[in-house]
Amino acid sequence: MKINLSNKSQLQASYFPLSSNWRSMIAKDWAKHWPLYLMLLPTVLYYLIWGYGPMYGIIIAFKEFTPRKGILGSPWAGFKYFQEFFTSPFAFRLIRNTVMINFWNLVFAFPLPIIFALLLNEVKNTFYKRTVQTITYMPYFVSLVVVCGIIVDFTASDGVLGELTKMLGGAPKNLLSDPKYFRTIYVVSELWQRLGWDSIIFLAALTGINPELYDAAIVDGAGKFKQVIYVTIPGIMPTIAILLILRVGSLMSLGFEKVILLYNPLIYETADVISSYVYRKGIVESNFSFATAVGLFNSVVNFILVILANKISAKMTEVSLW
Amino acid sequence: MYMQTRGERIFSYFNYILLFVICIVTLYPLWHVAVASISDPILVFAKRGFYLWPLGKATLKGYSLVLNNPNIVSGFLNTLFYVGVGTTLSMVVTILGAYVLSRKGLYWNKVVMGLIIFYMYFQGGLIPFFLMVKNMGLMDSRWAVILPTVVNTWNLIVMRTSFTTVPDSLIESAKLDGASEWRIVWVIAVPVLQATVAVIALFYAVGRWNEWFNPSLFFTSKNKYPLQVILREILLKNSTQSMTQIGVVGQSEQESYRLLVKYCTIMVATVPILLVYPFLQRYFIHGIMIGSLKG
Repeated sequence: MKINLSNKSQLQASYFPLSSNWRSMIAKDWAKHWPLYLMLLPTVLYYLIWGYGPMYGIIIAFKEFTPRKGILGSPWAGFKYFQEFFTSPFAFRLIRNTVMINFWNLVFAFPLPIIFALLLNEVKNTFYKRTVQTITYMPYFVSLVVVCGIIVDFTASDGVLGELTKMLGGAPKNLLSDPKYFRTIYVVSELWQRLGWDSIIFLAALTGINPELYDAAIVDGAGKFKQVIYVTIPGIMPTIAILLILRVGSLMSLGFEKVILLYNPLIYETADVISSYVYRKGIVESNFSFATAVGLFNSVVNFILVILANKISAKMTEVSLW
Repeated sequence: MYMQTRGERIFSYFNYILLFVICIVTLYPLWHVAVASISDPILVFAKRGFYLWPLGKATLKGYSLVLNNPNIVSGFLNTLFYVGVGTTLSMVVTILGAYVLSRKGLYWNKVVMGLIIFYMYFQGGLIPFFLMVKNMGLMDSRWAVILPTVVNTWNLIVMRTSFTTVPDSLIESAKLDGASEWRIVWVIAVPVLQATVAVIALFYAVGRWNEWFNPSLFFTSKNKYPLQVILREILLKNSTQSMTQIGVVGQSEQESYRLLVKYCTIMVATVPILLVYPFLQRYFIHGIMIGSLKG
């Protein structure tokens, strides 16, 4: 049988209209934009290799991974390592510590930058305002290693805080060897580093408030205080809402860098968090599959929390991230 | 003109004073390190507590020891290398990627943005990342430190959002004049957004300068260590190995110079950055506000 070629392609076009349109669209898009796509290539490669490459490695959470056998060659282990983690006495402590540090951080390090921005906003002298900003942004640029070095120095029994305790009549001790103080040290140092920096976004929101609203409030006889309550705060509310969602959504995520720079076995009781445990088990003790399983549990919880926080906020405030 | 009431004037004074106190508290830790670094080493060693002025006669002995310490000098040079190469690479990739992602009508942009957003909320984690670098044979390679942090998603999105503010008409007219896309990015879009580009470059550079974890994870040979890793050994691990090279003879003398060298190293590692950021400060609000906009 003879096949009429032109008929065939016509047939195909009518049979698979979508796929054919799609293909020609892609081809046209490529023909028109290929120089741009070439410029996008490094970014795409970056995310595929360094973002999605490690995602493939997550499989080892379900395997008896040994570097010698490799990811594919290692035998399956099922949920063994997840079970091991949840039945270990550490699971509860790690989750509690992670959440508690984040919780106290939320209580102090979230509202204070807002208040700080409001106070700064009332300063009319630009030179004074700019100087305060320069000084309070400074700690944000100091490296974590230096910050932790200063913390160790200040919290030593003969350090600055020790001396202050002595002046107040207390008995100085090394604060980093007592589990009672770790959360405070963490939150206070975080506040020191971020108070000024985190206020920037609120300052930005404040500059976006329509000045006519203030004029109208003045005409209505509102004093400075009432202007803050009825104009300023409602004006920055959407920003506050978005940032609060982000914070609540990351209640279970806490980086390990500061923790592993500061902690020691004496204060694991309050200082050891999920990510530092993953670091210790995986990197220090080479317990790869187990550590990956713990890390995966943490990532999944974080992911769910962000989605939930966003859903709730979309319902309640009509502000959402996406 | 709005007239201040008496209560508001009192608040205003109170506010100025409160902000002043906040500044003092913020500055004290750094001030403490600064004055300690030029104090008499014996006195610093004897008294670690609270002080406002250098103890004893001010001396630059600590700095001369630091600058003669081969580990610290090589760390400093390494850091300059990582900051230079890393920031350049980051800027090129981020600017190109952000520009393309900000253009409308590109079919694959949606897919790429989807990939990026998903990655923001879900990552492979530390161990798979570590094993991947190991399997790629990058252990102890400088690329293991530079490549994985080339793009910062936040910076990319800020950059992309600011590129969307470049008027389409500007780009279209450049195209009519026969400019290639490559040329449009570097000759038209980037100069329009100078301020944002400068702020993003600062963020990348600061990130590189302060980076310590990946280098400590991947480098086995000490001659590749950046300053922060050397600093960590001196500050937090009390490594005597790094200290024996401070060039002081005598056990007790070495002990007393130990703290002084700590403080001087902190200064050397911190002051360069603190000298840079105030120049870009007025653009921070702009850069951060743009990034916080949706989309």
